Amino acid sequence: MLEDLLKAVKTRFNDEDKGNGKSKVSIPSDLLFKCPRCSSVIFMEDFENNQKICPSCGYHARISAQERLKLTIDKGSFVEMDAEMDSVNPISFPGYSEKLSSLRAQTGLRDAILTGECTIRGTRCVIGVMDSRFMMASMGSVVGEKITRAFEYATEKQLPVVMFTASGGARMQEGILSLMQMAKTSAAVARHSQAGLLYIAVMTDPTTGGVMASFASLGDVIIAEPKVLIGFAGRRVIEDTIRQRLPDDFQSAEFMLEHGFVDMIVERSRMRRTLSRILKLHQQS
Amino acid sequence: MNRYTPYERLEIIRNKNRPTISDYLPMIFENFIEMHGDRLFGDDLAILGGIATFEDMPVTIIAQVKGHNLEENKRSNFSMPHPEGYRKALRLAHQAEKFHRPVICFIDTPGAFCGIDAEKRGQGEAIARNLMEFSLLRTPVISIVLGEGGSGGALALGVCDNLAMLENALYSVISPRGCASILWKDASREKEATNIMKITAEDLLSLGVCDGIIAEPPGGAHISPQLTAENITNYIHDTLKNLHEIDIDSLLKTRYDKFRKIGEFLEPGR
Repeated sequence: MLEDLLKAVKTRFNDEDKGNGKSKVSIPSDLLFKCPRCSSVIFMEDFENNQKICPSCGYHARISAQERLKLTIDKGSFVEMDAEMDSVNPISFPGYSEKLSSLRAQTGLRDAILTGECTIRGTRCVIGVMDSRFMMASMGSVVGEKITRAFEYATEKQLPVVMFTASGGARMQEGILSLMQMAKTSAAVARHSQAGLLYIAVMTDPTTGGVMASFASLGDVIIAEPKVLIGFAGRRVIEDTIRQRLPDDFQSAEFMLEHGFVDMIVERSRMRRTLSRILKLHQQS
Repeated sequence: MNRYTPYERLEIIRNKNRPTISDYLPMIFENFIEMHGDRLFGDDLAILGGIATFEDMPVTIIAQVKGHNLEENKRSNFSMPHPEGYRKALRLAHQAEKFHRPVICFIDTPGAFCGIDAEKRGQGEAIARNLMEFSLLRTPVISIVLGEGGSGGALALGVCDNLAMLENALYSVISPRGCASILWKDASREKEATNIMKITAEDLLSLGVCDGIIAEPPGGAHISPQLTAENITNYIHDTLKNLHEIDIDSLLKTRYDKFRKIGEFLEPGR
């Protein structure tokens, strides 16, 4: 524990040394929140009371899957699906099993996504919520399988799907199996779509890589939270390729709206109402 | 049985004399007519598309274009497609569906291009769309990995009824360099990464991803492009024959199930 804390403090110092000198203040991370978009520093309590939204720039910070459900769905309506599924180490990747065990203990999650059935202001739907605390919500076999089953269940029961996406991409530690989850989930979305059913994707921070290049981009309606990171390739990879620094708003939700890849940007405080309105409009036909 | 280590294979597929689609095309197909453009933005020379005959049967060909030298590679952007390349591929796949032609894809890319314009034009969306649409395409699809199969940029031509790999080809979720850089924060440990990533044709066969391995002459495909082309021809011949015997609804179901069953996890009570 103490070692971790020291490591965290050290990392923080190092990060600041490398940075452009915007901030030299070192502060205990549990009391204050420093916005990764605009670098404002505010009291954690105020930040949390503001649904984890930066009051200066409106950046919608990452929240846990449990918090997301609480903010979005009708209280007590969630029936979890496939809660017992665990990742294995299919290609014997070094350190992967240990990483999984420690994250399970830390987050209380079995893997990077919760799926289930719920109601949102009375409308029944299938919901999936990815959680970036778990290996940056990368998609391996478990994430891919749970998403696929969620879409298959929704197709069978004629239900809409609401998917809150967040991910660093395909999970390297499961090798080619992770890549194939992109094809598997996209095929399940295809069948759901062919059945004439509604799929709303809500892109949250960060929606990138193989998740952005599969089911996340295939919603009939695509919503993004303000200021979140959305993109295919990592920023550093692009900067290395083109050898120049990218503008700050590159790959933001606003950038994606401008280029035609999301339908709307919706603030967290209006998300539940917006989802409910879209769901209800699709019940009338 | 292939005796080369994964890293030796990486060296083989990086050999500048390794045959590319431009070499194989005239050896495998006849009457090739190239088609250009995605009808939305532009034409991407990293992906070659068109129609041809294979043993007198019309087919659609979609292929990623590696070059043998700097000039060729500049023209085809080192085989790293932009969104318009993937959209051209999809357009030609739909054209094939309309005219009941099988689609034969050749994968040979380090990955989809990473750049500002690629992001602006929706690299992720273009790949995602292909994954979805190819899963529904009502005509047989064969994909063959010629050399490098790099991540989502390869998979965008890889949703198919039958996936084959040349004996020394590699197909991976991330480049060995990228893997080393994340795992050990040291991209120069590429060799080590290559050897642990399970990215060879045999690995993918045992993981249920690859359906067939196409032999290369000892030393690699560049030793005899002609012989390799013959092996590819035979593979396409046999596979098309099998796929044509299946009615289209069963074919789509089998294609769905092929990807559906990929993945390993633990689940008590099931």
